[in-house]
Amino acid sequence: MKSFDTTDIPVTKRVQKLIENLFEKMPEIEADRAVLLTESYKQTENLPIIKRRALAFYHILENIPITIRDLELIVGSATKAPRGCQMFPEYSYKWVEDEFDTIAEREADPFYISEETKRALKDAYSYWDGKTTSDLAAAYMAPETKLAMEHNIFTPGNYFYNGVGHVTVDYAKILKIGFRGLMNEAAEELESLDVSDGDYADRKEFLESVIISCDAAVIYAKRYAALAKDMAAKCSDTTRKNELLRISQNCFKAPEYGASDFFEACQVFWFIQMLLQVESSGHSISPGRFDQYMYPYYKKDIDSGNITRAMAQELVDCIWVKLNDLNKARDAASAYGFAGYSLFQNLCAGGQTEDGLDATNDMSFICIQASMHTRLPAPSFSVRIWNGTPNEFILKCAELTRTGIGLPAYYNDEVIIPALMSRGATLEEARGYNIIGCVEPQVPHKTDGWHDAAFFNMCRPLEMVFSNGVDKGVRISPATGDIASFKTFDDFMNAYKTQMHYFIKLLVNADNSIDCAHRDRCPLPFQSSMVEDCIKRGKSMQEGGAIYNFTGPQGFGIANVTDSLYAIKKLVYDDKKVTLAEYKDAIDHNFGKGYTEKATQQMVTQSVELLRSQGKTVTLDMVQSMCRAFLENSVCTDEQKAKYDKLLDMIDDVTKYGNDDEEVDLFAREAAYVYTRELPKYKNPRGGIFQAGLYPVSANVPLGEQTGATPDGRLANTPVADGVGPFSGKDKFGPTAAANSVSKLDHTIVSNGTLYNQKFHPSALAGEGGLQAFADYIRAFFDQKGMHMQFNVVSRETLLDAQKHPENYKSLVVRVAGYSALFTTLSKALQDDIIKRTEQAFTA
Amino acid sequence: MDNILNTVGRIFDIQRYSIHDGPGIRTIVFLKGCMLRCRWCCNPESQSFKIEQMMFNGKNETMGYDVTVGEVLQSVRQDMFYYRRSGGGVTLSGGEAMLQPDFAIDLLKACHANGINTCIETTGIAKWEVIERFLPNLDYVLMDIKHMDNAKHLEYTRQPNTKILEHAVKIAASGADLTIRTPVIPGFNDNVDDISAIATFTRLLPGKHRLHLLPYHRLGEDKYKGLERDYFYEGIEPPEMKAMKPLLEAAKACGVECQIGG
Repeated sequence: MKSFDTTDIPVTKRVQKLIENLFEKMPEIEADRAVLLTESYKQTENLPIIKRRALAFYHILENIPITIRDLELIVGSATKAPRGCQMFPEYSYKWVEDEFDTIAEREADPFYISEETKRALKDAYSYWDGKTTSDLAAAYMAPETKLAMEHNIFTPGNYFYNGVGHVTVDYAKILKIGFRGLMNEAAEELESLDVSDGDYADRKEFLESVIISCDAAVIYAKRYAALAKDMAAKCSDTTRKNELLRISQNCFKAPEYGASDFFEACQVFWFIQMLLQVESSGHSISPGRFDQYMYPYYKKDIDSGNITRAMAQELVDCIWVKLNDLNKARDAASAYGFAGYSLFQNLCAGGQTEDGLDATNDMSFICIQASMHTRLPAPSFSVRIWNGTPNEFILKCAELTRTGIGLPAYYNDEVIIPALMSRGATLEEARGYNIIGCVEPQVPHKTDGWHDAAFFNMCRPLEMVFSNGVDKGVRISPATGDIASFKTFDDFMNAYKTQMHYFIKLLVNADNSIDCAHRDRCPLPFQSSMVEDCIKRGKSMQEGGAIYNFTGPQGFGIANVTDSLYAIKKLVYDDKKVTLAEYKDAIDHNFGKGYTEKATQQMVTQSVELLRSQGKTVTLDMVQSMCRAFLENSVCTDEQKAKYDKLLDMIDDVTKYGNDDEEVDLFAREAAYVYTRELPKYKNPRGGIFQAGLYPVSANVPLGEQTGATPDGRLANTPVADGVGPFSGKDKFGPTAAANSVSKLDHTIVSNGTLYNQKFHPSALAGEGGLQAFADYIRAFFDQKGMHMQFNVVSRETLLDAQKHPENYKSLVVRVAGYSALFTTLSKALQDDIIKRTEQAFTA
Repeated sequence: MDNILNTVGRIFDIQRYSIHDGPGIRTIVFLKGCMLRCRWCCNPESQSFKIEQMMFNGKNETMGYDVTVGEVLQSVRQDMFYYRRSGGGVTLSGGEAMLQPDFAIDLLKACHANGINTCIETTGIAKWEVIERFLPNLDYVLMDIKHMDNAKHLEYTRQPNTKILEHAVKIAASGADLTIRTPVIPGFNDNVDDISAIATFTRLLPGKHRLHLLPYHRLGEDKYKGLERDYFYEGIEPPEMKAMKPLLEAAKACGVECQIGG
């Protein structure tokens, strides 16, 4: 049995100060990249697109302003200001112009933008009309696909407006051979080409582009070497002077020729990580198994006495800070769905080696400690758990969970390895997996996974069953028949499947159109140079250069669909308590309940616009009464409302997903199959297949706003269920029952990942006993073939806020004297007691 | 085996993922009915054997229902994976589980037959002949000792402590894995002398046993309202952590292994 040093290492003043500096100002948009890119594009119009991309990357890295921030040990910043963001007009830009005056004020992820930047961007943007991936993707899409998107059935917005990202490149290889090594590989490949080969031109252009891009990275690193040297010469503080000289040395040789010690390895890692995010705006550029590829450098330095554990910790902490220095501005709607300025740079620790041995090492613990020190959103920290994971590792992870930052996310090797093998990976490759972005497993540096390819709202096709394929007066999907014609539950279910399958087909069309647009307009030679087998195949990832190619759109709302279908089966067909027509009537009237403020605002605005367009005058009085009508749902009579209440009570009595009821849970499994089994029937343009994910990021809230009332009693325009978990507040028997339900889904088929968010009160993690029970809880969920689990530990601050704003915390459940209660329904004194217990939990 | 699965008992709740009532992750079965009437009781709905109504979260709910051993076993078995990983199992609580011996013992037997580890949380007030029947079916015993002074015990729980103390000695002597638990109640036993007396008693029990000090909480207060009963401790604050520390030290000074919380 291996043993590890798990003692805490204290955080240094430098790291604390670096974090402080990071948050000094509001994030700012900078124009340099967009301006340089446009300059280059204007000069290369007659060249092949791959070459244009490489030359633009070179031009940017040669000229973009560089800066070394105070106290930094790891250098390289994409923007002058911390947490700033560069713009990527080659993907889309119109939304930026539209939001020039609002982006600083918006609710989700605001950015400051100066007048000067606006002017520079406007000037650059004038070049891009019709030239973006977004323009081309729209042109490629079928009209019925666009219609389905307009009606919010699914949204591929992420890749439609941005780069794809979602990759783990071969960090280990570049740490070893440097960018010069890659350039040599490409040069050798060039040498071996035969001019008479059919694809000679394509290969040649690609390989030359690889060389230009890698050369750009070397030049960029050397600019930092020179800057550090220059700053050292001017620095009067000896300690800092020496640090700067060391930084200069790190940047000068290692990026080009490979790292010789841990400090250099950290610097090279960072250049790779950062530059990938200058080439493209794609997020989820995931460092992957950092503890594995950094460990040899750490071990060598520790053994030789070159560094101490504490010094290594500080360097890793510095990398954690740098990961938060990168930022990305998204359009307002996407920002809402990915709220929190997140870049989803997923970094992994633990798991197995390719030989099937436990892979946990001292660096795995240093990673956990770094997340404890920095307590920042990046990296998205994941841990791999398998049957042989040492107990001290999972306990240390649990300690991190207890801090309430929502990290780490726990992944089950025992499910993911077979899942990846079922998609063609070898056993060794599958054992080497890491997580991309939110929850998506893949074989690193061999995969172009297109994870996160769309959000598919599984509740909307259900609405289309009730409306016979008509939404807001427009036919958007096949007529599956009047609901009166569904004699059996199977009839109903078949209609649902027909609607689902139709929209899945359109989803495929949407994703493939965007895929082609990226291939044609934004191939990425730099990224491709670090992914197998692009150099050998002589083509970019975007053209199918990677060994494994997937498209992974994620479905969400599985709990609502399950509860809805099960309630219909029970109430309409088994017990015959209500007819389908009565059900439809109740849903159409939002169960007699008022609409949300936001929905009311939208509906009233639409009505006013409609009236005005018809040339009618709209008075304030009319607007007010319309608002009242929606807010109070005054269209419904008291009689109607009483009838709907009765139906809601009946629905309430039907068992819900999340309560460890075998019948309902197997229903969820079947409902998920409607999505997960259909997708792999389709192919993408890179030669791979579609594979399903079941997770919503935070899109279940905004997309829920676009969803009508559902047969499970969920009201219109309210959030849809989060991930594969039970619908909020519907699980009544605690964490084991809920986890048992979730484990009944077939996670292995969901090879693009599932997301199970479990809320815990910190008292449940108090003391050693609580921590151990928590670790055992995760293992027991994993014994049942659950795939992923992450925890939302309710903090003292949350509870205090809930006291102040009870309206925002209606479903917050706390554990009270052996039962669970809604926090907001408790008396003030009791609430105070619970808050006190929350504090104790952390000190116990 | 089929026979014992049909035995009927009365419970008022089954609570899963309990981590403070015996080792590991446990499922607690709360049996209805108790002989004591502790003034601080956080489960007032457990006291009467009768099925009763309680207002809870704005709804009128029925407290207490009759079930068979087989039905309870089915619920308990749902968390087998968690018991196996954590060394947990089932804990019978109440009320006083020993007041329904036939049902409780059959349930414990059924659990053992299914490889589920067993534990009881008891006041120790039942007849010794009854307790004796339980012991072979239990892996752990959690037993409350609230006060060493008989008069005080009688005043605050409506029962004398003589039998309870006698049974603690006998249970310990039987070789059971016994933990003594003491609720630390303001104005009742929240002082060094009273806690030291219990700690000393625990140390003198045959074999080696632990003491758990459970700080008073008022999280059951709303239930008294729901049952339209008066709550004796209304307005009394739970002890602060810093007030618990000297009690813990005092207990440890008596030579007993002691901790705060279960």
